Amino acid sequence: MGLALDGRLLARALADPASVATLDSAGWQALLTMARAELLSATLAHRLDGIAKPAAAQRFLDDAKASCAQGRLVALWEVEMARRALGDLGVPVVLLKGSAFIAAGLAAGQGRFVGDLDILVPRAELDRVEAALLGAGWEWVKPDPYDDAYYRRWMHELPPLIHRVRDRMIDVHHTILPPTARPTPDADALIADSIALPNGLHMLNSDDMICHAAAHLFADGDLSGGMRNLWDIHRLVDDFGIAGLAERARRHGLAPAVRRALRLSHALYDTQLRDGWARSGSDDDLYLRRLTARDGWGRQTRPVTRLGFYVRSHWLRMPPLMLARHLWTKWRKQAG
Amino acid sequence: MATLYRAASSDSLIVAPIDVLTAIYHRASGQTHLMASPAPEILEALADAPLDAGALLAKLRVDYDLVDADPEALIARLDELVETGLVERR
Amino acid sequence: MRHVFSVAIGPVGFRLGSDWRGPVAALERLYASYPGPQDGIADFTVRLFADRPWRRIFRPKVMIGGDFVLPEAAPLSLEHGLLAAEMAMNLQMALGQRRYLLLHASAVERNGKALVMTGLSGAGKSTLAALLMTRGWRLMGDEFALLDPATGLIHAFPRLISLKNEAIGVMQGAAPDGMFGPLLADTPKGAIRHLVPDERSVAAMLEPARPALILFPTFGHDAATREVAPSEVFVRLTQASTNYVALAERGFTALTRLVAETPARAIDYPDTESAIAQVEALWASL
Repeated sequence: MGLALDGRLLARALADPASVATLDSAGWQALLTMARAELLSATLAHRLDGIAKPAAAQRFLDDAKASCAQGRLVALWEVEMARRALGDLGVPVVLLKGSAFIAAGLAAGQGRFVGDLDILVPRAELDRVEAALLGAGWEWVKPDPYDDAYYRRWMHELPPLIHRVRDRMIDVHHTILPPTARPTPDADALIADSIALPNGLHMLNSDDMICHAAAHLFADGDLSGGMRNLWDIHRLVDDFGIAGLAERARRHGLAPAVRRALRLSHALYDTQLRDGWARSGSDDDLYLRRLTARDGWGRQTRPVTRLGFYVRSHWLRMPPLMLARHLWTKWRKQAG
Repeated sequence: MATLYRAASSDSLIVAPIDVLTAIYHRASGQTHLMASPAPEILEALADAPLDAGALLAKLRVDYDLVDADPEALIARLDELVETGLVERR
Repeated sequence: MRHVFSVAIGPVGFRLGSDWRGPVAALERLYASYPGPQDGIADFTVRLFADRPWRRIFRPKVMIGGDFVLPEAAPLSLEHGLLAAEMAMNLQMALGQRRYLLLHASAVERNGKALVMTGLSGAGKSTLAALLMTRGWRLMGDEFALLDPATGLIHAFPRLISLKNEAIGVMQGAAPDGMFGPLLADTPKGAIRHLVPDERSVAAMLEPARPALILFPTFGHDAATREVAPSEVFVRLTQASTNYVALAERGFTALTRLVAETPARAIDYPDTESAIAQVEALWASL
């Protein structure tokens, strides 16, 4: 097949759909299995529309599309129910990530599987938002007082709420990174410069959406799901360009994260960047190896790199002393 | 001003009477509701325009010959429908 | 993965990878008469693997992985590797099937018409279907019936018939020439032995059938038959489906149509012979 059997097979099919013409049945099997594991199967289905493929592959991708369409419907309904619960508060409610992409009909939302509903509201309004959600049928997921206090003190969001009938989660953020992380995005600017949607809810402006996706990729996890995250960035850049992005990223303290995200997106998906952006960084190869650590059976590979990234991501989120305190409290609870 | 009740538009619903119960699929939410009278009738009565509870009761009396219509029971049914998202308070 | 096995069961293709030869050898023998996945591309991938490298050899424990997994799935011993493989494939169907409305039901066919039997575990739907197979019916499946939203037809999913405890002896008596898998003693579900569907059921597995009767059997009472209200049928079938919600409008349309067009009965039966007689009588009265 001319390519190592890892996530680059999937990246190439997404970036250059015609490339699948060379796949044999084993290649198709690997591609489809990887796409499913990376939650990119419906995205791939849309990208490969109109491209000749074996009947079994077509069927697989049709099913992925149908599954995504149903998920989209449910996600949009959660958006609508949040609007009904919060619409009268007079508080700006900003949809984040996948919910925003599909509510606004962006290319990044095509084939995007959406999980929880993530919203951003002003920190000063958290109490009213919380009360309105509790009044409309959402409940706490974790009744544990330590976890609750931990979230409220150290995280960038309320403890997760779940709707008692619909069984769907909502994450209410007041900024896009934990306060303990080193970059401190300008939350007021995120909200002030957000864009109103026809239903009265908001989404981040395009530069901020890219900043958020980059922040999420590096500071908020262990890079798992990174191929999808970078695909979001690729489509956002495609749609909106990057004219004001550098300045905006600096304002949020996210310039290094955004630069790296764009370089990786360029390397994986051939995202079109202007001169100067595409120069590769010192350990980009390490990131790429981690991002594409997926085999034709859908398994994550390269466990050594993975562990490194896990420790690193915890480090980024919490200064060391706080991490120790957090773990200690957890251990003590398990012992008791 | 009295609360107005607005129902999901009729083209967003698939209504399948089964026996004494009616199955309703709500396209906007992807949810299926199995309902007994008068819930399907309420949805139908609200299909054209939002109404307050008093006007809805009057319409149900005329359209469906509801003789012992009880305003409190109607409010309870409406609350249930609001919870499902099939009806919205305005 | 070290050992690979691929198979088509009805309209669904599977690929299984295993760290051990044993489960693959058993599958190759029992599924010998089945074709491979269409175009060599499976709908679902499952994996049987050791969670630590030394667990391949030392007190081997079979972990279940694949496209769709349950985080709480406990490992099985290697002697039960065949069961692990079957469970893993079922799990893909339960969590990942999006083309057909999946009914947790057994189904048999005669003259192009399908009898669908569903009910709680222990109601005997699997054994009844297997017995009917030995008496002139085509087995469409002992665990899942696939309702096609586009046509309203039932598609077959004739995986290996999973016989538990007393049903093993019953079927060894009823199908003395049948091909059986190894006896798996002391599994989490008791004793299990697999029976390969007969030649005709496998050969016809791509032929769908029009549903003609829905049956809710209950074992352990005097023989009785009653009608079931359509709304009750609707509710019980939504509960018997793992993907009703995921199919959205297609699921609703398929299920309301099935309920409107198909008569349904509940039967109580004291023993399998009575059940067969009740089924045949009901079928004749359609």
